[in-house]
Amino acid sequence: MFAVAAAAVLVALALTITRAIKGPTVFDRLLAGNTVGTLAIMLLGVVGFLTGRPEFLDIGLTYGLLNLIGTLSVLKFFRHGDLAHDSEAEPGT
Amino acid sequence: MMLLVEVASWALILLGSFFTIVGALGLVRMPEVFTRMHAASVTDTLGVGFLILGMCLQAGLSLITLKLLFLMLLFVFTVPVVTHALAQACLHEGVEPALTHDGGCTRSTASDQRRQQ
Repeated sequence: MFAVAAAAVLVALALTITRAIKGPTVFDRLLAGNTVGTLAIMLLGVVGFLTGRPEFLDIGLTYGLLNLIGTLSVLKFFRHGDLAHDSEAEPGT
Repeated sequence: MMLLVEVASWALILLGSFFTIVGALGLVRMPEVFTRMHAASVTDTLGVGFLILGMCLQAGLSLITLKLLFLMLLFVFTVPVVTHALAQACLHEGVEPALTHDGGCTRSTASDQRRQQ
Protein backbone atom coordinates (compact mmCIF):
# COMPACT_ATOMS: atom_id res chain seq x y z
CA MET A 1 0.00 0.00 0.00
CA PHE A 2 2.98 2.31 0.44
CA ALA A 3 3.63 1.62 -3.25
CA VAL A 4 0.24 3.23 -4.02
CA ALA A 5 1.17 6.29 -1.97
CA ALA A 6 4.57 6.50 -3.69
CA ALA A 7 2.90 6.26 -7.12
CA ALA A 8 0.43 9.01 -6.15
CA VAL A 9 3.23 11.29 -4.98
CA LEU A 10 5.14 10.62 -8.23
CA VAL A 11 2.06 11.50 -10.34
CA ALA A 12 1.64 14.70 -8.32
CA LEU A 13 5.35 15.50 -8.85
CA ALA A 14 4.95 15.09 -12.62
CA LEU A 15 1.95 17.45 -12.67
CA THR A 16 3.78 20.00 -10.51
CA ILE A 17 6.86 19.92 -12.76
CA THR A 18 4.53 20.56 -15.72
CA ARG A 19 3.39 23.75 -13.99
CA ALA A 20 6.99 24.71 -13.18
CA ILE A 21 7.94 24.43 -16.86
CA LYS A 22 4.77 26.08 -18.27
CA GLY A 23 3.94 28.64 -15.59
CA PRO A 24 3.82 32.11 -17.19
CA THR A 25 5.11 34.17 -14.24
CA VAL A 26 8.09 33.58 -12.00
CA PHE A 27 5.69 33.24 -9.02
CA ASP A 28 4.02 30.21 -10.61
CA ARG A 29 7.45 28.61 -10.91
CA LEU A 30 8.29 29.45 -7.29
CA LEU A 31 4.98 27.99 -6.09
CA ALA A 32 5.63 24.85 -8.11
CA GLY A 33 9.18 24.68 -6.74
CA ASN A 34 7.89 24.87 -3.17
CA THR A 35 5.34 22.12 -3.88
CA VAL A 36 8.07 19.97 -5.45
CA GLY A 37 10.01 20.33 -2.19
CA THR A 38 6.99 19.26 -0.13
CA LEU A 39 6.34 16.27 -2.38
CA ALA A 40 10.02 15.26 -2.27
CA ILE A 41 9.84 15.14 1.55
CA MET A 42 6.71 12.97 1.37
CA LEU A 43 8.40 10.71 -1.20
CA LEU A 44 11.41 10.32 1.13
CA GLY A 45 9.12 9.25 3.98
CA VAL A 46 6.97 6.90 1.91
CA VAL A 47 9.92 5.21 0.16
CA GLY A 48 11.63 4.90 3.53
CA PHE A 49 8.64 2.99 4.87
CA LEU A 50 8.38 0.99 1.62
CA THR A 51 11.95 -0.29 1.91
CA GLY A 52 11.69 -0.76 5.70
CA ARG A 53 14.19 1.99 6.55
CA PRO A 54 12.23 4.99 7.93
CA GLU A 55 15.51 6.71 8.96
CA PHE A 56 15.26 8.78 5.78
CA LEU A 57 12.91 11.08 7.71
CA ASP A 58 15.93 12.93 9.12
CA ILE A 59 16.83 13.97 5.59
CA GLY A 60 13.20 15.01 5.11
CA LEU A 61 13.33 17.32 8.15
CA THR A 62 16.53 18.95 6.87
CA TYR A 63 15.04 19.35 3.42
CA GLY A 64 11.93 20.99 4.88
CA LEU A 65 14.05 23.70 6.51
CA LEU A 66 16.07 24.18 3.30
CA ASN A 67 12.84 24.46 1.30
CA LEU A 68 11.57 27.34 3.47
CA ILE A 69 14.86 29.26 3.33
CA GLY A 70 15.29 28.64 -0.41
CA THR A 71 11.82 29.88 -1.39
CA LEU A 72 11.98 32.93 0.88
CA SER A 73 15.44 33.93 -0.36
CA VAL A 74 14.43 33.63 -4.04
CA LEU A 75 11.31 35.72 -3.30
CA LYS A 76 13.45 38.36 -1.58
CA PHE A 77 15.85 38.39 -4.50
CA PHE A 78 13.02 38.94 -7.00
CA ARG A 79 11.43 41.64 -4.88
CA HIS A 80 14.53 43.71 -4.13
CA GLY A 81 17.04 42.47 -6.72
CA ASP A 82 19.44 41.94 -3.86
CA LEU A 83 19.71 39.44 -0.98
CA ALA A 84 21.45 41.84 1.43
CA HIS A 85 18.78 44.52 1.00
CA ASP A 86 18.91 47.65 3.16
CA SER A 87 15.29 48.46 4.03
CA GLU A 88 16.07 52.10 4.93
CA ALA A 89 17.60 52.86 1.54
CA GLU A 90 14.26 52.49 -0.28
CA PRO A 91 11.45 54.57 1.27
CA GLY A 92 7.87 53.31 1.18
CA THR A 93 8.57 49.58 1.21
CA MET B 1 -7.07 -4.11 17.63
CA MET B 2 -4.13 -4.66 15.26
CA LEU B 3 -6.54 -5.00 12.33
CA LEU B 4 -8.30 -1.77 13.31
CA VAL B 5 -5.02 0.17 13.33
CA GLU B 6 -4.02 -1.34 9.97
CA VAL B 7 -7.34 -0.45 8.32
CA ALA B 8 -7.25 3.07 9.76
CA SER B 9 -3.69 3.69 8.60
CA TRP B 10 -4.36 2.43 5.06
CA ALA B 11 -7.48 4.57 4.84
CA LEU B 12 -5.51 7.63 5.97
CA ILE B 13 -2.71 6.93 3.48
CA LEU B 14 -5.17 6.46 0.60
CA LEU B 15 -6.94 9.72 1.55
CA GLY B 16 -3.57 11.48 1.67
CA SER B 17 -2.65 10.14 -1.79
CA PHE B 18 -6.01 11.33 -3.14
CA PHE B 19 -5.62 14.87 -1.77
CA THR B 20 -2.00 15.04 -2.98
CA ILE B 21 -3.09 14.27 -6.55
CA VAL B 22 -6.07 16.66 -6.30
CA GLY B 23 -3.80 19.50 -5.20
CA ALA B 24 -1.30 18.87 -8.00
CA LEU B 25 -4.14 18.65 -10.54
CA GLY B 26 -5.42 22.02 -9.30
CA LEU B 27 -1.92 23.45 -9.67
CA VAL B 28 -2.03 22.54 -13.37
CA ARG B 29 -5.68 23.38 -14.12
CA MET B 30 -6.25 26.63 -12.20
CA PRO B 31 -6.24 29.82 -14.33
CA GLU B 32 -3.99 32.26 -12.42
CA VAL B 33 -1.40 32.41 -9.67
CA PHE B 34 -3.64 33.14 -6.65
CA THR B 35 -6.01 30.26 -7.40
CA ARG B 36 -2.97 28.06 -7.95
CA MET B 37 -1.75 28.96 -4.46
CA HIS B 38 -5.16 27.90 -3.15
CA ALA B 39 -4.82 24.54 -4.95
CA ALA B 40 -1.26 23.99 -3.76
CA SER B 41 -2.31 24.47 -0.14
CA VAL B 42 -4.55 21.37 -0.49
CA THR B 43 -1.41 19.30 -1.08
CA ASP B 44 0.46 21.05 1.73
CA THR B 45 -2.21 20.61 4.42
CA LEU B 46 -4.64 17.75 3.73
CA GLY B 47 -2.35 15.56 1.58
CA VAL B 48 0.70 15.82 3.82
CA GLY B 49 -1.39 15.67 7.00
CA PHE B 50 -3.24 12.48 6.11
CA LEU B 51 -0.08 10.79 4.75
CA ILE B 52 1.89 11.62 7.91
CA LEU B 53 -0.94 10.48 10.21
CA GLY B 54 -1.18 7.20 8.29
CA MET B 55 2.57 6.67 8.56
CA CYS B 56 2.39 7.47 12.30
CA LEU B 57 -0.15 4.66 12.77
CA GLN B 58 2.13 2.30 10.81
CA ALA B 59 5.23 3.20 12.84
CA GLY B 60 3.62 2.67 16.24
CA LEU B 61 4.93 4.37 19.37
CA SER B 62 8.59 5.06 18.57
CA LEU B 63 11.13 7.71 17.62
CA ILE B 64 9.88 7.53 14.02
CA THR B 65 6.47 8.80 15.14
CA LEU B 66 8.11 11.71 16.94
CA LYS B 67 10.06 12.61 13.79
CA LEU B 68 6.87 12.42 11.71
CA LEU B 69 5.04 14.70 14.14
CA PHE B 70 7.95 17.17 14.02
CA LEU B 71 7.73 17.10 10.21
CA MET B 72 4.00 17.89 10.41
CA LEU B 73 4.69 20.73 12.88
CA LEU B 74 7.31 22.09 10.46
CA PHE B 75 4.76 22.08 7.63
CA VAL B 76 2.10 23.74 9.80
CA PHE B 77 4.49 26.60 10.55
CA THR B 78 6.38 27.07 7.27
CA VAL B 79 3.73 26.61 4.56
CA PRO B 80 1.56 29.61 5.60
CA VAL B 81 4.71 31.77 5.84
CA VAL B 82 5.80 30.84 2.31
CA THR B 83 2.31 31.30 0.84
CA HIS B 84 1.89 34.68 2.52
CA ALA B 85 5.29 35.88 1.29
CA LEU B 86 4.47 34.66 -2.22
CA ALA B 87 1.10 36.44 -2.29
CA GLN B 88 2.67 39.63 -0.96
CA ALA B 89 5.42 39.50 -3.60
CA CYS B 90 2.78 38.94 -6.32
CA LEU B 91 0.79 42.00 -5.20
CA HIS B 92 3.96 44.06 -4.91
CA GLU B 93 4.94 43.16 -8.48
CA GLY B 94 1.48 44.17 -9.76
CA VAL B 95 -0.04 40.73 -10.32
CA GLU B 96 -3.70 41.23 -9.36
CA PRO B 97 -6.25 38.48 -8.64
CA ALA B 98 -8.75 38.03 -11.50
CA LEU B 99 -12.17 39.02 -10.15
CA THR B 100 -15.58 37.94 -11.47
CA HIS B 101 -16.86 41.49 -12.11
CA ASP B 102 -13.75 42.29 -14.17
CA GLY B 103 -14.65 39.58 -16.67
CA GLY B 104 -13.68 36.57 -14.55
CA CYS B 105 -11.04 33.94 -15.05
CA THR B 106 -10.51 32.95 -18.65
CA ARG B 107 -7.88 30.42 -19.62
CA SER B 108 -5.26 33.14 -20.08
CA THR B 109 -5.98 36.17 -17.89
CA ALA B 110 -4.83 39.71 -18.55
CA SER B 111 -2.45 39.61 -15.60
CA ASP B 112 -0.89 36.43 -17.00
CA GLN B 113 -0.21 38.11 -20.32
CA ARG B 114 1.10 41.28 -18.69
CA ARG B 115 3.59 39.35 -16.55
CA GLN B 116 4.75 37.01 -19.30
CA GLN B 117 8.51 36.53 -18.98
